[in-house]
Amino acid sequence: MADDPRINRPTQVDPDRVFNFLVEPPTREELINTARGVILYLEDISVSFDGFRALNELTLYIGTGELRCIIGPNGAGKTTLMDVITGKTRPDWGTAYFGQRVNLLRRSEPEIASMGIGRKFQKPTVFEQHTVHENLELAMESDKRVWNTLFCSLTGEEKDRIGEVLELISLSELVGKQAGALSHGQKQWLEIGMLLMQNPLLLLVDEPVAGMTQQETEATAALLTRLAGDHSVVVVEHDMEFVRSIARQVTVLHEGSVLAEGPFDAIQEDSKVREVYLGS
Amino acid sequence: MLTQMMLQRLMDHDRGGWVFLAVLLAIGILVPVANLLVPADSFFHIPTYTVTLLGKYLCFALLALSLDLVWGYCGILSLGHGAFFALGGYAMGMYLMRQIGTRGVYGDPELPDFMVFLNWDSLPWYWYGFDQFWFAALMVMIVPGALAFVFGWLAFRSRVSGVYLSIMTQALTYALMLAFFRNELGFGGNNGLTDFKDILGASLQSDVTRVVLFVCSVVALALGYLVCRFIVTSKLGRVVTAVRDAEARTRFIGYRVEHYQVCIFTVSAVIAGIAGALYVPQVGIINPSEFQPLNSIELVVWVALGGRATLYGAALGAGLVNYIKTVLTGALPEVWLFVLGALFVIVTVALPRGVIGIWRQLRLRENHG
Amino acid sequence: MINLKTLVVLAVVTIPSPSIAAFGDDFESVVNALNTRSFDDKLEAASRLATMDHERVDVVLQALIDGKLYKKKGDDTVVVVVSLEGGGHQLTDAASGEDLGKVGRRGAKKISVNNKLRRQLKGLFASRQLNVDDPQARIAAVQAIINAGDVSLREILLERREVESVEDVQDAIDVAMVVFDLDSKDQATKLAAIQASADNLDSNVRMKLTAVVSDQSLDQELRDAAASSLANIEGLVERYRWIETLFFGLSLGSILVLAAIGLSITFGVMGVINMAHGELIMLGAYTTYVVQTLFPDALEYSLLIAIPAAFIVSGLVGIAIERGVIRFLYGRPLETLLATFGVSLILQQAVRSIFSPLNRAVATPEWMSGSLEIVQGLSITYNRLYIFFFALLVFATLLTILQRTRLGLEVRAVTQNRAMAQAMGIRNTRVDILTFGLGAGIAGVAGVALSQLTNVGPNLGQGYIVDSFMVVVFGGVGNLWGTLVAGLSLGVVNKVLEPAAGAVVAKILVLVFIILFIQKRPRGLFPQKGRAVES
Repeated sequence: MADDPRINRPTQVDPDRVFNFLVEPPTREELINTARGVILYLEDISVSFDGFRALNELTLYIGTGELRCIIGPNGAGKTTLMDVITGKTRPDWGTAYFGQRVNLLRRSEPEIASMGIGRKFQKPTVFEQHTVHENLELAMESDKRVWNTLFCSLTGEEKDRIGEVLELISLSELVGKQAGALSHGQKQWLEIGMLLMQNPLLLLVDEPVAGMTQQETEATAALLTRLAGDHSVVVVEHDMEFVRSIARQVTVLHEGSVLAEGPFDAIQEDSKVREVYLGS
Repeated sequence: MLTQMMLQRLMDHDRGGWVFLAVLLAIGILVPVANLLVPADSFFHIPTYTVTLLGKYLCFALLALSLDLVWGYCGILSLGHGAFFALGGYAMGMYLMRQIGTRGVYGDPELPDFMVFLNWDSLPWYWYGFDQFWFAALMVMIVPGALAFVFGWLAFRSRVSGVYLSIMTQALTYALMLAFFRNELGFGGNNGLTDFKDILGASLQSDVTRVVLFVCSVVALALGYLVCRFIVTSKLGRVVTAVRDAEARTRFIGYRVEHYQVCIFTVSAVIAGIAGALYVPQVGIINPSEFQPLNSIELVVWVALGGRATLYGAALGAGLVNYIKTVLTGALPEVWLFVLGALFVIVTVALPRGVIGIWRQLRLRENHG
Repeated sequence: MINLKTLVVLAVVTIPSPSIAAFGDDFESVVNALNTRSFDDKLEAASRLATMDHERVDVVLQALIDGKLYKKKGDDTVVVVVSLEGGGHQLTDAASGEDLGKVGRRGAKKISVNNKLRRQLKGLFASRQLNVDDPQARIAAVQAIINAGDVSLREILLERREVESVEDVQDAIDVAMVVFDLDSKDQATKLAAIQASADNLDSNVRMKLTAVVSDQSLDQELRDAAASSLANIEGLVERYRWIETLFFGLSLGSILVLAAIGLSITFGVMGVINMAHGELIMLGAYTTYVVQTLFPDALEYSLLIAIPAAFIVSGLVGIAIERGVIRFLYGRPLETLLATFGVSLILQQAVRSIFSPLNRAVATPEWMSGSLEIVQGLSITYNRLYIFFFALLVFATLLTILQRTRLGLEVRAVTQNRAMAQAMGIRNTRVDILTFGLGAGIAGVAGVALSQLTNVGPNLGQGYIVDSFMVVVFGGVGNLWGTLVAGLSLGVVNKVLEPAAGAVVAKILVLVFIILFIQKRPRGLFPQKGRAVES
């Protein structure tokens, strides 16, 4: 076991040290090895709820800097897939690796999140009792241990970063407003902002443009395309127009496994996909 | 200079807090003066009995504060906070017990009376050290804190929350009550610890000691308020309220939710323990009935009535409900439980924000209208 | 002291025979013969008396046993006295029953008996009871004879054995024979008796066997046999104690199930802890009390009336709670918990004000009292037995309602997914009212059962809320089978721990166990699964 290169060694206890906790934890870049150009490995993932197979031997790879769209009819397993990656649901079997070394199935949600997987939910979930500013501050990439949060205050750098993101999501005017009082579209933006504050390596974005105006949708598309490259982005979306506007690579899910994968145009021509989507 | 800056951060946007601290300061000065310096036949004299009663209310207020921290800010409804209060009280009671020395009925220099009565021949190990005040004072914080830490760690790690957690905490205090009722446990069984003589060499019967204890309670409440305020105005406080409002979401942005919950739960238990330790020398007794589930749940209504997540509201609620209780149990004992029951229903159904909530709403309307 | 010792020896050795009596055969002269200083002679006279067929024999023997047989000063007439207040005696002629008027304190002298004689007299008295009609009384008589240890009565018992037709009485007499044989001088008889006692749980037998084992003067063979018989008996006792513990555990478990099952339904459907659930149980118990007070003549049927009555009373109160309080608090489980706790305080105080804070006595009907003896030494009380089966019946009924009726379907739908059920056209309000009423009604029925086991007071319900909740959590929310299994197993575990650890520690251990269990399986033994549950 110990020789398995995929086991993530840096966070395991070092037997020669007494005060392990005093050792600086490895940086994210040390932890996640993407030397082969793949950031997410999902192999043979199966999940079932009371006999219902939500995911069925699903295998999927996401490359570094890739922008991937996942589409599929209702019940295809898109949300469950996100749940597995973020540690919310444990699959019945299969393997999930973040980079070459980090076994996602052994990590809790917070660990996965701080290693650099950010998630935006289908239904916008922001902290409604907090202000816009506080929401961004909470999401910010930082030391998220208890003791630190008790005594820390924002550095100038961090304030600048919040300002930048506020600018980007066009909520600068509303910085002191309670998030619960925002409109649906504004909440969507705020959540995207929170995602950016986390500075994740991999972004999982669930239906980002639901409830957005045409203009906002276009802005979102531009933002996501810009993010890809530095980050890897996985987008789950129903809106085909939107998918067409951003997609280079598309994966079609059906009944819990991958039905087809390829560039948007090829997918559109695929007979199996047409059958699933149009019933013809 | 530093303290001033600190205070400013804590009390910024907290007018209610200023008022609260000002009131505390006022009674912290006026009550001792009115008791010790004003002649007994004067209209302004406050009898020692009343001083002690007020001191008791202050301890309850501190206890309510501790519950507000976990419930109001962290969303953990603990129905067992009375247990931490009682444990703190027992730790203090053990010290007071050992101070009796040879003045007990049996005159044993080491063993408290009830142990002599049970034919024990030596002090159990867990009573060691309680003859030292500093040790007892430490235990007042460590024992409730450790219990809360272990319990919280077990519960929060496996994501027990909501009503499950509430009932678990109730079961905890219930189990402790059953345990403390047993003579074999070595805490005086049914009768608890009582007949205290003095504290740090000062007689508990004297007016001055009573007043000093009262002032200690005032100071403890004020400090407790500032500590809680420090916590809730820090980023930690914002994380904790985030946990309250959307636990899963907080996890997904990388916070170890259970660590935060355990932390707040433990801090709160320590504050509750201190409240209990101040309470015991003033009322002169601690017994297992303090562990009663009813006590803990009554405490919830203090906080709810005052107004959750305001801190000073909790203290206000504690004073209010206990004043009503003192009046009613004296005059119409039958009615008290009806009133308490009705309070529970009314506060939850009609006043989710408590008295403070109403007051804020009224002010808001004034400002707009 | 010496006197007493010789007496004991004498009584065992000499078998008093009425035929050699030095007194006349008519009733009066035998009665008069009791007036003697010698305890032996008294026994002889009494033995003679016991064989006579006279209407006053029982009166005289009983008076002698009770120390109410006196001799009148002056003419030495044997009299039965009734002591008067102020020190005098009211006399009745023992032989004839004639009223002899009153005398002063010194007007009559007691015919004394010692303990040994009194025991023997009781045996004699019992031997007369052997012929009464009631078989229970005959068994009691046999018991008394065994306790008397009077070998002379052996013959009488044997005679009775010949004509006895009731099996239980025959068994009792056989046991008595063995007990007598244990004292036999004859080696073979004694050995046979020792071996025959191996499964006899009678305390006399055990005492005698212990005596044999420790008697150095006896044969080793006898003592070994006695030891092995004793060991066998101990083994039986041990086994029966386990069975009894198991039964008590199941009984406690059935009560837990009764108390928790209503909670399980309301909690499962609405996600709400009804803290007033315990008080609904209490109301059921008080309903039983009221029914018994209203119909004092119909005690035998009172429970049958009380069950539907309690169901209705508690059910209506439950519906009132749902409509008056809980309805406003859906989606806020913690607030609901607090509000219903307030309701529970009000209900408690209301009962205290109406019925007084003292416990009320609820009578147990004839058919529920007493106990069922499965074998000698192992008996279970009827009330616990009935309540056990009653709990199963309630469980089965509820299961049927939930699985076979339209209401059950709707309840299950709402439990699974509230919003979805509403979208499907299920009227949530109606389901809420009905399920809450049902859960509350069952609490009331549980109260009727509890009234037969514990004191009925305002605090009756308080103790059950934590326990019930533990059962629900342990079993898995909204799962009736889980509640059943959890309730019964917690009951048994509690009772098994109790003898070793004491009741309080057992309870604490169970609480700790559940707290730890929740760590491993936060959703209980039989969890619900699926995405709907997690959100």
